[in-house]
Amino acid sequence: MDNSETPRTLPRYSATFDPHTLAEIRRAAATGIYDIRGGGTKRALPHFDDLLFLGASVSRYPLEGYREKCATDVWLGTRFAKKPLHLKIPITIAGMSFGALSGQAKEALGRGASIAGTSTTTGDGGMTPEERGQSQHLVYQYLPSRYGMNPDDLRKADAIEVVIGQGAKPGGGGMLLGQKISDRVAQMRTLPMGIDQRSACRHPDWTGPDDLEIKIEELREITDWEKPIYVKVGATRPYYDVALAVKSGADVVVLDGMQGGTAATQDVFIEHVGIPILAAIRPAVQALQDMGLHRKVQLIVSGGIRNGADVAKALALGADAVAIGTAALVALGDNDPRYQAEYEALGSSAGAYDDWHEGRDPAGITTQDPLLAARLDPVMAGRRLANYLAVMTLEAQTIARACGKSHLHNLEPEDLVALTIEAAAMARVPLAGTDWIPGAKF
Amino acid sequence: MPEVDLARSTRRELNAALHALLPETNETHWLVRNPGGQHALAAGINAPVTVEIDGHAGYYCAGMNQQANVIINGNAGVGVAENMMSGMVHVKGDASQAAGATAHGGLLVIDGNASARCGISMKGVDIVVKGSIGPMSAFMAQAGNLVVLGDAGEALGDSLYETRIFVRGQVKSLGADCTQKEMRPEHLEILAALLAQAGVEDSVTPEQFKRYGSARQLYNFHVDNASAY
Ligand SMILES: Cc1cc2nc3c(=O)[nH]c(=O)nc-3n(C[C@H](O)[C@H](O)[C@H](O)COP(=O)(O)O)c2cc1C
Repeated sequence: MDNSETPRTLPRYSATFDPHTLAEIRRAAATGIYDIRGGGTKRALPHFDDLLFLGASVSRYPLEGYREKCATDVWLGTRFAKKPLHLKIPITIAGMSFGALSGQAKEALGRGASIAGTSTTTGDGGMTPEERGQSQHLVYQYLPSRYGMNPDDLRKADAIEVVIGQGAKPGGGGMLLGQKISDRVAQMRTLPMGIDQRSACRHPDWTGPDDLEIKIEELREITDWEKPIYVKVGATRPYYDVALAVKSGADVVVLDGMQGGTAATQDVFIEHVGIPILAAIRPAVQALQDMGLHRKVQLIVSGGIRNGADVAKALALGADAVAIGTAALVALGDNDPRYQAEYEALGSSAGAYDDWHEGRDPAGITTQDPLLAARLDPVMAGRRLANYLAVMTLEAQTIARACGKSHLHNLEPEDLVALTIEAAAMARVPLAGTDWIPGAKF
Repeated sequence: MPEVDLARSTRRELNAALHALLPETNETHWLVRNPGGQHALAAGINAPVTVEIDGHAGYYCAGMNQQANVIINGNAGVGVAENMMSGMVHVKGDASQAAGATAHGGLLVIDGNASARCGISMKGVDIVVKGSIGPMSAFMAQAGNLVVLGDAGEALGDSLYETRIFVRGQVKSLGADCTQKEMRPEHLEILAALLAQAGVEDSVTPEQFKRYGSARQLYNFHVDNASAY
């Protein structure tokens, strides 16, 4: 019988056991170790793209682009600090450690941020003179590991950020693998060279909000109540975590969603723990409002912020500022297509490269290899970051003016609608064209 | 001698006065009365002065100390001398949890006992405890010496890096990757010096101690160690 005319079933891949999943099972079986990588979540999540602005028309009038002012500045730390920060734009550079990043990359972040009039942040590994020197406003992270923590640097900082968690790994400690523990990194962290370093996930000398309050008091006493004290949390239970951070005396709360980048974390952690920033902002703002402290304790949000629209949406939902990590690295030159051949040699591709923990970054950013690191010119890279920050700011202003706002902070949830039911429920704004906010209690 | 009575002055006034001290100050011996267990007393000093606290101190007493000699004539709360860089802190009574946590330098002497997590993540400080220490002490301790004249609680030195631990009494159990090590002449020398600094060289000899340190088996990830991570 001739079967050539019979319709045949095509090979069909499982949606559950998709090629990526199959490859991961094989990799695990071959190596016996989980996948560690850098970056943030790679799967699609409800995000700012699922929101739209309602520009002004008959019921509200817009502002003239270029002519009518739309201010962008932000004060951070006005609650208790004698010297709050005053930034020109509400886009800050998130904490990324020297160790994870090269000295040149840290310097470039400082340079770019300073040109833009915003702050940059140290990370798990202490403060380098390069970044202090080049950063007009530098936030000093106070992490569980306390690597390189010292009171001289604390006094040199413009603000102190007590890190409790990170969106990429709420409840997890840092990791820096041996390839990146160079002499200088080892020395700054008081560790033997070349070890796979695991940072603690809890602070060594306090647990819980009552202790945190006393810890914050100590940091204020040591720095004579001058510096704003931030508390950074990964987004999980934002209403309670923000309320407790505020109760503990924070001047500023930093809330990092699950899209947030990391230098090195288990893939399973990045993809499965925490909630998207879109779902976290409203409960956080609600906590501040319930305590009568919205805009008095400032809220900085992060996790997947890419452009001025994201900034405008975050602010409209009630944040005072945003922080960027991954996007800032891309502006410096991370994952640049001009290194495509080298990414391929590493088994990856420009735009997908995430083995930042291996320290072989062709762009010279997530590495401690002196030859690779020398590829990044801190002055030029800083300029690129400043340009990018300027564009984001202009974009956010464009939207704000269209909504009739003379300050980015005047954007509000009423300016927004959602494209999906999920986003409407998470951001607590109506589904476009309806007055339906799923889950809202009336 | 400057005296600060915390029944009348505030902690802020005390710490501000101590922070304002210049290296060449003549006010080199301070007495603090009625500390009342307040937190962060004498925290953040950076001057070669002696501060005597006449009573019990709360959390983080002498936190991040640089150069100063802080004496507590009583008990100390959580995190005494946390992140100390240099100088000396002497607790005449007992110390609560996380004594000397993450401290990078200087000497912490505790005449009584210290609770759990003594010397957690220590990064170069020397700690001498004349009594016993609680569980999980020297967790992830990176550098420096921890000397215990009494006993040590469970899981001593868990996930230890390069801190040396010397215990005279019993160790309830060792934590992951912590192991007993041979006492060599250089260790006896270090120990003798620390015992002398703590003022107990007449009654205690280095030979009475055992040394514990990192087995260095967890320094690099390996699948066979998965249960220890
Ligand atoms: C390379 C890299 C290193 C990081 N290191 C730290 C760190 O040391 N401490 C910290 O709190 N967060 C760290 N983060 C997280 C960022 O501070 C921030 O929360 C995150 O990058 C924001 O999300 P985004 O990358 O999507 O902008 C790091 C992120 C990256 C990409």
